[in-house]
Amino acid sequence: MAEEALAPLAGRTPLVDVHAHFYHPASGRADWQRVNAARLRAGERIGIRAHIASILGSWGHTSPTYFPSPDDLTAGNDAMLALQDAHPDRIRCYVSVNPNDAAHARDEIARCVGRGAVGIKLAASRRADDSLVDPIAEEAARRGLPVLHHIWQHRTREWPGQEISDGIDLGRLAVRHPRASFILAHIGGGGDWAHSCAAVKEISNIYLDLSGSGVDRGMLDLAYASVGASRLLWGCDITMETGLAKLRALEAVGLEEDELAEVRWRNAARIFPHNALPGIPTSGVAARRTDAHARVAK
Amino acid sequence: MIDVNCFIGGYPFRELPHPDADVLVRVLAREGIAGAWVGHLPTAFHRDVTAGNEALFAALEPHRETLEPVPAIRSDWPRWEAALAAAHASGARAVRAYPSQWGMGAHDPNLARLAGACGEIGLPLVLTTRFEDVRQRSALDSSPDLSGAHIRAIARADARVRVVVTCAGRALIEESHWGLTPDERSRLSWDISWIWGPPEDDLAHLLQTIGADRFLFGSAWPLRLMQSPIANLELLPTGLRSLRLAEVP
Repeated sequence: MAEEALAPLAGRTPLVDVHAHFYHPASGRADWQRVNAARLRAGERIGIRAHIASILGSWGHTSPTYFPSPDDLTAGNDAMLALQDAHPDRIRCYVSVNPNDAAHARDEIARCVGRGAVGIKLAASRRADDSLVDPIAEEAARRGLPVLHHIWQHRTREWPGQEISDGIDLGRLAVRHPRASFILAHIGGGGDWAHSCAAVKEISNIYLDLSGSGVDRGMLDLAYASVGASRLLWGCDITMETGLAKLRALEAVGLEEDELAEVRWRNAARIFPHNALPGIPTSGVAARRTDAHARVAK
Repeated sequence: MIDVNCFIGGYPFRELPHPDADVLVRVLAREGIAGAWVGHLPTAFHRDVTAGNEALFAALEPHRETLEPVPAIRSDWPRWEAALAAAHASGARAVRAYPSQWGMGAHDPNLARLAGACGEIGLPLVLTTRFEDVRQRSALDSSPDLSGAHIRAIARADARVRVVVTCAGRALIEESHWGLTPDERSRLSWDISWIWGPPEDDLAHLLQTIGADRFLFGSAWPLRLMQSPIANLELLPTGLRSLRLAEVP
Protein backbone atom coordinates (compact mmCIF):
# COMPACT_ATOMS: atom_id res chain seq x y z
CA MET A 1 0.00 0.00 0.00
CA ALA A 2 1.34 3.44 -0.87
CA GLU A 3 2.44 5.53 2.10
CA GLU A 4 -0.04 8.26 1.20
CA ALA A 5 -2.93 5.80 1.39
CA LEU A 6 -2.29 5.13 5.06
CA ALA A 7 -3.47 7.42 7.84
CA PRO A 8 -0.50 9.19 9.43
CA LEU A 9 0.68 7.34 12.51
CA ALA A 10 0.87 10.59 14.46
CA GLY A 11 -2.50 11.83 13.30
CA ARG A 12 -3.45 14.68 11.00
CA THR A 13 -2.69 17.58 13.33
CA PRO A 14 0.19 19.63 11.86
CA LEU A 15 3.60 18.31 12.79
CA VAL A 16 6.99 20.02 12.37
CA ASP A 17 10.33 18.26 12.74
CA VAL A 18 12.68 21.05 13.83
CA HIS A 19 15.78 18.84 13.77
CA ALA A 20 16.31 16.87 10.57
CA HIS A 21 19.33 16.13 8.42
CA PHE A 22 19.94 15.14 4.84
CA TYR A 23 22.95 13.94 2.88
CA HIS A 24 24.41 14.78 -0.51
CA PRO A 25 26.88 13.31 -3.02
CA ALA A 26 29.91 14.77 -1.21
CA SER A 27 28.87 13.28 2.15
CA GLY A 28 31.17 10.33 1.67
CA ARG A 29 28.50 7.67 1.81
CA ALA A 30 27.29 5.80 -1.21
CA ASP A 31 23.76 5.34 0.12
CA TRP A 32 22.98 9.02 0.64
CA GLN A 33 19.99 8.97 -1.68
CA ARG A 34 18.52 5.94 0.08
CA VAL A 35 18.81 7.64 3.47
CA ASN A 36 17.24 10.85 2.20
CA ALA A 37 14.40 8.90 0.64
CA ALA A 38 13.92 6.93 3.86
CA ARG A 39 13.50 10.16 5.82
CA LEU A 40 10.81 11.37 3.46
CA ARG A 41 9.13 7.95 3.44
CA ALA A 42 9.04 7.74 7.24
CA GLY A 43 8.02 11.39 7.48
CA GLU A 44 5.05 10.73 5.28
CA ARG A 45 4.10 7.70 7.35
CA ILE A 46 4.36 9.66 10.59
CA GLY A 47 2.60 12.72 9.21
CA ILE A 48 5.43 15.26 9.26
CA ARG A 49 4.44 18.35 7.30
CA ALA A 50 7.75 20.16 7.53
CA HIS A 51 11.26 18.75 7.87
CA ILE A 52 13.48 21.66 8.92
CA ALA A 53 16.89 20.29 8.11
CA SER A 54 20.59 20.97 7.84
CA ILE A 55 23.64 19.46 6.22
CA LEU A 56 26.84 19.80 8.22
CA GLY A 57 29.32 20.37 5.38
CA SER A 58 30.63 17.09 4.02
CA TRP A 59 29.66 15.11 7.14
CA GLY A 60 33.32 14.51 7.85
CA HIS A 61 34.28 13.35 4.40
CA THR A 62 36.51 16.25 3.40
CA SER A 63 36.50 18.31 6.62
CA PRO A 64 35.30 17.35 10.12
CA THR A 65 31.56 17.24 10.74
CA TYR A 66 31.80 19.63 13.67
CA PHE A 67 34.62 21.76 12.24
CA PRO A 68 33.54 22.11 8.62
CA SER A 69 35.56 24.15 6.16
CA PRO A 70 33.98 27.14 4.41
CA ASP A 71 33.94 25.33 1.08
CA ASP A 72 32.24 22.29 2.60
CA LEU A 73 29.69 24.45 4.38
CA THR A 74 28.85 26.22 1.16
CA ALA A 75 28.48 22.93 -0.69
CA GLY A 76 26.33 21.46 2.08
CA ASN A 77 24.12 24.52 2.27
CA ASP A 78 23.74 24.48 -1.50
CA ALA A 79 22.68 20.84 -1.34
CA MET A 80 20.23 21.63 1.44
CA LEU A 81 18.75 24.53 -0.53
CA ALA A 82 18.43 22.27 -3.55
CA LEU A 83 16.48 19.78 -1.46
CA GLN A 84 14.22 22.58 -0.28
CA ASP A 85 13.70 23.64 -3.88
CA ALA A 86 12.97 20.05 -4.91
CA HIS A 87 10.48 19.51 -2.06
CA PRO A 88 8.97 22.92 -1.34
CA ASP A 89 5.92 21.24 0.14
CA ARG A 90 7.82 19.60 3.02
CA ILE A 91 11.49 20.61 3.41
CA ARG A 92 12.93 23.78 4.87
CA CYS A 93 16.58 24.64 5.35
CA TYR A 94 18.86 25.80 8.15
CA VAL A 95 22.00 27.56 7.00
CA SER A 96 24.97 25.88 8.71
CA VAL A 97 27.92 28.08 9.65
CA ASN A 98 31.25 27.83 11.46
CA PRO A 99 31.81 30.83 13.78
CA ASN A 100 35.58 30.54 13.34
CA ASP A 101 35.17 31.80 9.78
CA ALA A 102 33.26 34.90 10.74
CA ALA A 103 33.10 36.60 7.36
CA HIS A 104 32.05 33.40 5.63
CA ALA A 105 29.39 32.81 8.29
CA ARG A 106 27.97 36.29 7.83
CA ASP A 107 27.97 36.05 4.06
CA GLU A 108 26.57 32.52 4.07
CA ILE A 109 23.66 33.54 6.28
CA ALA A 110 22.82 36.39 3.92
CA ARG A 111 23.19 34.21 0.83
CA CYS A 112 21.15 31.29 2.10
CA VAL A 113 18.41 33.35 3.73
CA GLY A 114 18.11 35.11 0.41
CA ARG A 115 17.41 31.73 -1.13
CA GLY A 116 14.91 30.72 1.53
CA ALA A 117 16.74 29.35 4.58
CA VAL A 118 14.56 29.72 7.67
CA GLY A 119 17.02 29.25 10.54
CA ILE A 120 20.68 29.02 11.51
CA LYS A 121 22.43 25.82 12.52
CA LEU A 122 25.42 25.90 14.84
CA ALA A 123 27.14 22.62 15.56
CA ALA A 124 30.26 22.39 17.72
CA SER A 125 32.95 24.46 16.05
CA ARG A 126 33.10 26.96 18.88
CA ARG A 127 31.63 26.87 22.36
CA ALA A 128 28.20 28.51 22.51
CA ASP A 129 29.22 31.24 24.93
CA ASP A 130 32.30 32.24 22.91
CA SER A 131 32.28 35.86 21.72
CA LEU A 132 32.69 34.66 18.13
CA VAL A 133 29.12 33.39 18.29
CA ASP A 134 27.75 36.81 19.22
CA PRO A 135 27.65 38.26 15.68
CA ILE A 136 25.72 35.21 14.53
CA ALA A 137 23.23 35.52 17.37
CA GLU A 138 22.84 39.24 16.60
CA GLU A 139 22.18 38.41 12.97
CA ALA A 140 19.65 35.78 13.99
CA ALA A 141 17.80 38.28 16.17
CA ARG A 142 17.89 40.94 13.48
CA ARG A 143 16.51 38.61 10.85
CA GLY A 144 14.05 36.80 13.14
CA LEU A 145 15.69 33.41 12.62
CA PRO A 146 15.94 30.77 15.35
CA VAL A 147 19.34 29.23 16.07
CA LEU A 148 19.46 25.45 16.41
CA HIS A 149 22.53 24.75 18.53
CA HIS A 150 24.07 21.27 18.82
CA ILE A 151 24.31 20.42 22.52
CA TRP A 152 25.87 17.71 24.62
CA GLN A 153 23.60 17.32 27.61
CA HIS A 154 26.03 18.04 30.46
CA ARG A 155 29.60 18.46 29.28
CA THR A 156 31.68 16.72 31.93
CA ARG A 157 34.84 16.70 29.85
CA GLU A 158 36.09 17.49 26.39
CA TRP A 159 35.13 15.00 23.68
CA PRO A 160 37.15 14.40 20.54
CA GLY A 161 36.02 15.84 17.27
CA GLN A 162 33.93 18.67 18.63
CA GLU A 163 34.14 21.76 20.81
CA ILE A 164 31.02 20.77 22.56
CA SER A 165 28.56 23.03 24.39
CA ASP A 166 26.01 22.19 27.03
CA GLY A 167 22.91 23.89 28.38
CA ILE A 168 24.87 26.22 30.64
CA ASP A 169 27.02 27.41 27.73
CA LEU A 170 23.97 28.01 25.56
CA GLY A 171 22.26 29.74 28.44
CA ARG A 172 25.04 32.33 28.63
CA LEU A 173 24.63 33.08 24.94
CA ALA A 174 20.85 33.26 25.18
CA VAL A 175 20.97 35.69 28.10
CA ARG A 176 23.25 37.95 26.08
CA HIS A 177 20.81 37.87 23.13
CA PRO A 178 17.29 37.98 24.56
CA ARG A 179 15.76 38.97 21.22
CA ALA A 180 16.90 35.76 19.56
CA SER A 181 15.30 32.33 19.93
CA PHE A 182 17.60 29.38 20.58
CA ILE A 183 16.80 25.73 20.13
CA LEU A 184 18.75 23.47 22.49
CA ALA A 185 19.34 20.46 20.28
CA HIS A 186 18.26 16.91 20.95
CA ILE A 187 17.75 16.40 24.67
CA GLY A 188 17.64 12.70 23.76
CA GLY A 189 20.86 12.98 21.79
CA GLY A 190 23.37 12.01 24.40
CA GLY A 191 24.40 13.16 27.83
CA ASP A 192 22.43 13.99 30.94
CA TRP A 193 19.17 15.59 29.87
CA ALA A 194 18.28 16.38 33.47
CA HIS A 195 21.23 18.77 33.55
CA SER A 196 19.97 20.62 30.48
CA CYS A 197 16.45 20.92 31.87
CA ALA A 198 17.82 22.53 35.01
CA ALA A 199 20.30 24.72 33.15
CA VAL A 200 17.76 26.47 30.92
CA LYS A 201 14.63 26.34 33.05
CA GLU A 202 14.55 30.09 33.66
CA ILE A 203 15.91 31.20 30.27
CA SER A 204 12.77 31.85 28.32
CA ASN A 205 14.31 32.27 24.86
CA ILE A 206 15.69 28.72 24.88
CA TYR A 207 13.45 25.96 23.54
CA LEU A 208 14.12 22.27 24.14
CA ASP A 209 14.14 20.07 21.05
CA LEU A 210 12.99 16.57 22.00
CA SER A 211 14.88 14.76 19.27
CA GLY A 212 17.64 12.17 19.56
CA SER A 213 17.89 8.42 19.79
CA GLY A 214 17.44 8.45 23.57
CA VAL A 215 14.01 7.44 24.81
CA ASP A 216 14.68 7.43 28.54
CA ARG A 217 11.55 7.29 30.63
CA GLY A 218 11.37 10.37 32.78
CA MET A 219 13.03 12.63 30.22
CA LEU A 220 9.83 14.03 28.73
CA ASP A 221 8.22 14.35 32.14
CA LEU A 222 11.11 16.45 33.39
CA ALA A 223 11.36 18.57 30.23
CA TYR A 224 7.66 19.38 30.44
CA ALA A 225 7.86 20.12 34.15
CA SER A 226 10.92 22.31 33.65
CA VAL A 227 9.95 24.56 30.76
CA GLY A 228 6.30 23.79 29.99
CA ALA A 229 4.72 22.87 26.68
CA SER A 230 5.29 26.36 25.27
CA ARG A 231 9.06 25.78 25.14
CA LEU A 232 9.17 22.24 23.78
CA LEU A 233 9.73 21.53 20.09
CA TRP A 234 9.24 18.15 18.47
CA GLY A 235 11.97 16.67 16.31
CA CYS A 236 13.63 13.44 15.27
CA ASP A 237 17.29 14.05 14.36
CA ILE A 238 18.71 10.76 13.05
CA THR A 239 16.18 8.32 14.52
CA MET A 240 12.58 8.84 13.51
CA GLU A 241 11.05 5.96 15.42
CA THR A 242 12.13 7.62 18.65
CA GLY A 243 10.42 10.81 17.51
CA LEU A 244 7.14 9.00 16.94
CA ALA A 245 7.50 7.22 20.29
CA LYS A 246 8.02 10.51 22.11
CA LEU A 247 4.92 12.03 20.53
CA ARG A 248 2.88 9.16 21.89
CA ALA A 249 4.63 9.31 25.23
CA LEU A 250 3.78 13.00 25.61
CA GLU A 251 0.15 11.96 25.69
CA ALA A 252 0.94 9.40 28.36
CA VAL A 253 2.80 12.07 30.33
CA GLY A 254 -0.47 13.95 30.41
CA LEU A 255 -0.22 16.86 27.98
CA GLU A 256 -3.58 18.23 26.94
CA GLU A 257 -4.52 18.44 23.28
CA ASP A 258 -3.74 22.15 23.15
CA GLU A 259 -0.35 21.58 24.74
CA LEU A 260 0.42 18.81 22.26
CA ALA A 261 -0.36 21.23 19.44
CA GLU A 262 2.16 23.64 20.93
CA VAL A 263 4.85 20.98 20.83
CA ARG A 264 3.86 19.57 17.45
CA TRP A 265 3.78 22.83 15.49
CA ARG A 266 2.64 26.02 17.18
CA ASN A 267 5.90 26.77 18.97
CA ALA A 268 7.76 26.24 15.71
CA ALA A 269 5.36 28.48 13.83
CA ARG A 270 6.02 31.11 16.46
CA ILE A 271 9.82 31.15 16.36
CA PHE A 272 10.46 30.55 12.66
CA PRO A 273 9.81 33.39 10.20
CA HIS A 274 6.18 34.10 9.47
CA ASN A 275 4.69 31.81 6.81
CA ALA A 276 8.02 30.01 6.46
CA LEU A 277 6.84 26.47 7.11
CA PRO A 278 4.93 24.48 4.51
CA GLY A 279 1.51 23.26 5.50
CA ILE A 280 1.67 25.00 8.86
CA PRO A 281 -1.08 27.45 9.72
CA THR A 282 0.01 30.84 10.98
CA SER A 283 -3.29 32.26 12.14
CA GLY A 284 -3.42 32.46 15.89
CA VAL A 285 0.31 32.17 16.33
CA ALA A 286 1.52 35.25 14.49
CA ALA A 287 0.71 37.61 17.30
CA ARG A 288 2.65 35.44 19.70
CA ARG A 289 5.54 34.91 17.32
CA THR A 290 7.57 37.77 18.68
CA ASP A 291 7.46 36.60 22.26
CA ALA A 292 11.20 37.15 22.57
CA HIS A 293 10.75 40.76 21.54
CA ALA A 294 7.90 41.16 24.02
CA ARG A 295 10.04 39.78 26.79
CA VAL A 296 12.70 42.37 26.10
CA ALA A 297 10.16 45.18 26.12
CA LYS A 298 8.87 44.27 29.59
CA MET B 1 3.66 -10.30 21.31
CA ILE B 2 5.77 -10.65 24.47
CA ASP B 3 8.25 -8.04 25.69
CA VAL B 4 11.36 -10.02 26.67
CA ASN B 5 13.17 -7.04 28.15
CA CYS B 6 11.37 -5.49 31.09
CA PHE B 7 12.36 -4.82 34.68
CA ILE B 8 10.85 -3.71 37.89
CA GLY B 9 12.67 -1.75 40.54
CA GLY B 10 14.80 1.35 40.69
CA TYR B 11 17.98 2.33 38.92
CA PRO B 12 20.96 3.57 40.92
CA PHE B 13 21.84 6.54 38.75
CA ARG B 14 18.57 8.33 38.05
CA GLU B 15 14.95 8.40 39.08
CA LEU B 16 12.65 6.13 37.10
CA PRO B 17 8.94 6.92 37.11
CA HIS B 18 6.88 4.13 38.66
CA PRO B 19 9.04 1.05 37.97
CA ASP B 20 6.42 -1.19 39.52
CA ALA B 21 4.76 -4.44 38.49
CA ASP B 22 1.21 -3.10 38.50
CA VAL B 23 2.25 -0.12 36.38
CA LEU B 24 4.00 -2.45 33.95
CA VAL B 25 0.81 -4.48 33.61
CA ARG B 26 -1.11 -1.31 32.74
CA VAL B 27 1.55 -0.15 30.26
CA LEU B 28 1.55 -3.52 28.51
CA ALA B 29 -2.24 -3.37 28.20
CA ARG B 30 -2.12 0.21 26.90
CA GLU B 31 0.44 -0.71 24.25
CA GLY B 32 -1.23 -3.98 23.25
CA ILE B 33 1.59 -6.25 24.42
CA ALA B 34 0.43 -9.59 25.79
CA GLY B 35 3.02 -10.06 28.51
CA ALA B 36 6.59 -9.56 29.59
CA TRP B 37 9.70 -11.29 30.84
CA VAL B 38 10.65 -9.28 33.88
CA GLY B 39 13.94 -8.88 35.71
CA HIS B 40 14.74 -7.02 38.90
CA LEU B 41 16.75 -3.97 37.93
CA PRO B 42 18.53 -3.25 41.22
CA THR B 43 19.87 -6.80 41.28
CA ALA B 44 22.13 -6.06 38.31
CA PHE B 45 24.10 -3.83 40.66
CA HIS B 46 24.06 -6.08 43.71
CA ARG B 47 26.90 -8.43 44.56
CA ASP B 48 24.64 -11.08 46.04
CA VAL B 49 21.55 -11.50 43.86
CA THR B 50 19.56 -13.57 46.35
CA ALA B 51 17.47 -10.84 47.93
CA GLY B 52 16.69 -9.23 44.60
CA ASN B 53 15.44 -12.49 43.16
CA GLU B 54 13.22 -13.03 46.17
CA ALA B 55 11.82 -9.51 45.75
CA LEU B 56 11.20 -10.18 42.07
CA PHE B 57 9.19 -13.35 42.63
CA ALA B 58 7.19 -11.68 45.42
CA ALA B 59 6.38 -8.58 43.36
CA LEU B 60 5.29 -10.58 40.32
CA GLU B 61 3.23 -13.11 42.21
CA PRO B 62 -0.11 -11.22 41.76
CA HIS B 63 0.60 -10.76 38.04
CA ARG B 64 2.01 -14.10 36.95
CA GLU B 65 -0.46 -14.49 34.09
CA THR B 66 1.16 -11.46 32.44
CA LEU B 67 4.58 -11.05 34.00
CA GLU B 68 7.07 -13.91 33.96
CA PRO B 69 10.04 -13.72 36.31
CA VAL B 70 13.56 -13.70 34.95
CA PRO B 71 15.84 -13.82 38.00
CA ALA B 72 19.56 -13.19 37.95
CA ILE B 73 21.98 -16.07 38.42
CA ARG B 74 25.54 -15.17 39.30
CA SER B 75 27.69 -18.16 38.49
CA ASP B 76 30.77 -17.00 40.40
CA TRP B 77 28.80 -17.06 43.65
CA PRO B 78 28.70 -19.97 46.08
CA ARG B 79 25.75 -22.34 45.60
CA TRP B 80 24.67 -20.72 42.35
CA GLU B 81 23.64 -24.11 41.00
CA ALA B 82 21.13 -24.43 43.83
CA ALA B 83 19.87 -20.91 43.13
CA LEU B 84 19.36 -21.81 39.48
CA ALA B 85 17.50 -24.99 40.37
CA ALA B 86 15.30 -23.08 42.81
CA ALA B 87 14.53 -20.41 40.24
CA HIS B 88 13.62 -23.07 37.72
CA ALA B 89 11.38 -24.80 40.23
CA SER B 90 9.70 -21.49 41.03
CA GLY B 91 8.73 -20.95 37.43
CA ALA B 92 11.47 -18.68 36.12
CA ARG B 93 10.90 -18.12 32.41
CA ALA B 94 14.59 -17.45 31.75
CA VAL B 95 17.59 -16.25 33.73
CA ARG B 96 19.55 -13.03 33.47
CA ALA B 97 23.29 -12.55 33.82
CA TYR B 98 25.29 -9.30 33.87
CA PRO B 99 28.92 -10.14 33.01
CA SER B 100 29.97 -6.50 32.65
CA GLN B 101 28.51 -5.46 35.99
CA TRP B 102 30.01 -8.52 37.67
CA GLY B 103 33.47 -8.04 36.20
CA MET B 104 33.44 -11.24 34.17
CA GLY B 105 35.54 -11.33 31.02
CA ALA B 106 34.39 -12.91 27.80
CA HIS B 107 36.13 -16.18 28.51
CA ASP B 108 35.40 -16.42 32.23
CA PRO B 109 34.76 -20.13 32.83
CA ASN B 110 31.89 -19.26 35.14
CA LEU B 111 29.97 -17.88 32.18
CA ALA B 112 30.54 -21.06 30.23
CA ARG B 113 29.30 -23.07 33.22
CA LEU B 114 26.17 -20.92 33.44
CA ALA B 115 25.54 -21.37 29.73
CA GLY B 116 25.88 -25.11 30.17
CA ALA B 117 23.53 -25.21 33.13
CA CYS B 118 20.92 -23.12 31.32
CA GLY B 119 21.20 -25.37 28.29
CA GLU B 120 20.80 -28.41 30.49
CA ILE B 121 17.49 -27.28 32.00
CA GLY B 122 16.23 -25.45 28.93
CA LEU B 123 16.09 -21.93 30.32
CA PRO B 124 17.08 -19.08 27.96
CA LEU B 125 19.94 -16.91 29.17
CA VAL B 126 19.24 -13.17 28.87
CA LEU B 127 22.15 -10.74 28.54
CA THR B 128 22.00 -6.94 28.67
CA THR B 129 24.28 -4.92 26.41
CA ARG B 130 23.77 -1.67 28.34
CA PHE B 131 21.30 0.09 30.57
CA GLU B 132 22.07 3.64 29.45
CA ASP B 133 23.76 5.38 26.59
CA VAL B 134 27.49 5.56 27.35
CA ARG B 135 27.41 9.35 26.96
CA GLN B 136 25.23 9.86 30.00
CA ARG B 137 26.55 7.33 32.46
CA SER B 138 27.41 8.25 35.99
CA ALA B 139 31.09 8.34 36.85
CA LEU B 140 30.30 5.52 39.26
CA ASP B 141 28.93 3.37 36.42
CA SER B 142 32.17 2.18 34.91
CA SER B 143 30.89 -1.09 33.46
CA PRO B 144 31.56 -1.36 29.74
CA ASP B 145 28.95 -2.44 27.23
CA LEU B 146 28.66 -6.18 26.74
CA SER B 147 31.09 -7.23 24.03
CA GLY B 148 30.70 -9.37 20.96
CA ALA B 149 33.39 -11.61 22.40
CA HIS B 150 31.17 -12.29 25.43
CA ILE B 151 28.20 -13.13 23.25
CA ARG B 152 30.11 -15.41 20.92
CA ALA B 153 31.83 -17.22 23.79
CA ILE B 154 28.54 -17.86 25.59
CA ALA B 155 26.79 -19.04 22.42
CA ARG B 156 29.67 -21.44 21.75
CA ALA B 157 29.88 -22.69 25.32
CA ASP B 158 27.05 -25.19 25.09
CA ALA B 159 25.23 -26.62 22.11
CA ARG B 160 21.89 -26.40 23.90
CA VAL B 161 21.96 -22.92 25.39
CA ARG B 162 19.56 -20.33 23.94
CA VAL B 163 20.74 -16.79 24.40
CA VAL B 164 18.70 -13.58 24.23
CA VAL B 165 20.75 -10.40 23.98
CA THR B 166 18.96 -7.16 24.78
CA CYS B 167 19.73 -3.49 24.09
CA ALA B 168 22.23 -4.19 21.30
CA GLY B 169 22.69 -2.07 18.20
CA ARG B 170 23.39 -3.10 14.65
CA ALA B 171 27.19 -3.29 14.92
CA LEU B 172 27.19 -5.63 17.92
CA ILE B 173 24.46 -7.78 16.41
CA GLU B 174 26.28 -8.18 13.13
CA GLU B 175 29.71 -8.95 14.59
CA SER B 176 28.17 -11.54 16.87
CA HIS B 177 25.76 -13.16 14.43
CA TRP B 178 28.17 -13.45 11.53
CA GLY B 179 30.92 -14.56 13.89
CA LEU B 180 29.07 -17.75 14.75
CA THR B 181 28.28 -20.94 12.89
CA PRO B 182 24.75 -21.43 11.57
CA ASP B 183 24.01 -23.73 14.50
CA GLU B 184 25.40 -21.31 17.06
CA ARG B 185 23.56 -18.31 15.64
CA SER B 186 20.31 -20.31 15.50
CA ARG B 187 20.36 -20.26 19.32
CA LEU B 188 20.98 -16.53 19.56
CA SER B 189 18.15 -13.98 19.55
CA TRP B 190 18.09 -10.21 19.85
CA ASP B 191 15.56 -7.78 21.19
CA ILE B 192 14.84 -4.71 19.07
CA SER B 193 14.85 -2.12 21.85
CA TRP B 194 18.06 -0.36 20.77
CA ILE B 195 18.10 -0.90 17.00
CA TRP B 196 17.72 2.25 14.94
CA GLY B 197 14.83 2.71 12.56
CA PRO B 198 14.51 5.20 9.72
CA PRO B 199 16.21 6.93 8.06
CA GLU B 200 19.23 4.66 8.68
CA ASP B 201 16.84 1.70 8.73
CA ASP B 202 19.11 -0.59 10.73
CA LEU B 203 16.15 -2.69 11.85
CA ALA B 204 14.97 -3.14 8.28
CA HIS B 205 18.49 -4.08 7.22
CA LEU B 206 18.87 -6.66 9.97
CA LEU B 207 15.48 -8.22 9.36
CA GLN B 208 16.44 -8.65 5.71
CA THR B 209 19.99 -9.91 6.20
CA ILE B 210 19.81 -11.90 9.43
CA GLY B 211 16.12 -12.75 9.38
CA ALA B 212 13.08 -11.83 11.45
CA ASP B 213 13.25 -15.21 13.17
CA ARG B 214 16.25 -14.04 15.17
CA PHE B 215 14.54 -10.93 16.60
CA LEU B 216 12.21 -10.51 19.56
CA PHE B 217 10.13 -7.63 20.82
CA GLY B 218 11.77 -5.83 23.73
CA SER B 219 11.64 -2.35 25.20
CA ALA B 220 13.97 -2.04 28.23
CA TRP B 221 11.05 -0.66 30.24
CA PRO B 222 11.15 1.09 32.74
CA LEU B 223 14.45 2.57 31.56
CA ARG B 224 13.11 3.35 28.08
CA LEU B 225 9.78 4.06 26.42
CA MET B 226 7.85 0.98 25.38
CA GLN B 227 6.44 3.08 22.53
CA SER B 228 9.81 3.12 20.77
CA PRO B 229 10.12 -0.48 19.50
CA ILE B 230 6.44 -0.38 18.57
CA ALA B 231 7.04 2.75 16.49
CA ASN B 232 10.08 1.10 14.95
CA LEU B 233 7.99 -1.81 13.70
CA GLU B 234 5.32 0.53 12.38
CA LEU B 235 7.89 2.53 10.43
CA LEU B 236 9.42 -0.44 8.62
CA PRO B 237 9.42 -0.03 4.83
CA THR B 238 6.19 -1.22 3.26
CA GLY B 239 7.58 -4.52 2.06
CA LEU B 240 8.73 -5.55 5.52
CA ARG B 241 5.68 -4.65 7.57
CA SER B 242 4.18 -8.08 7.14
CA LEU B 243 7.21 -9.72 8.75
CA ARG B 244 6.64 -11.19 12.16
CA LEU B 245 9.24 -11.23 14.88
CA ALA B 246 10.14 -14.57 16.40
CA GLU B 247 8.15 -16.26 19.12
CA VAL B 248 9.90 -16.26 22.47
CA PRO B 249 12.27 -19.21 22.92
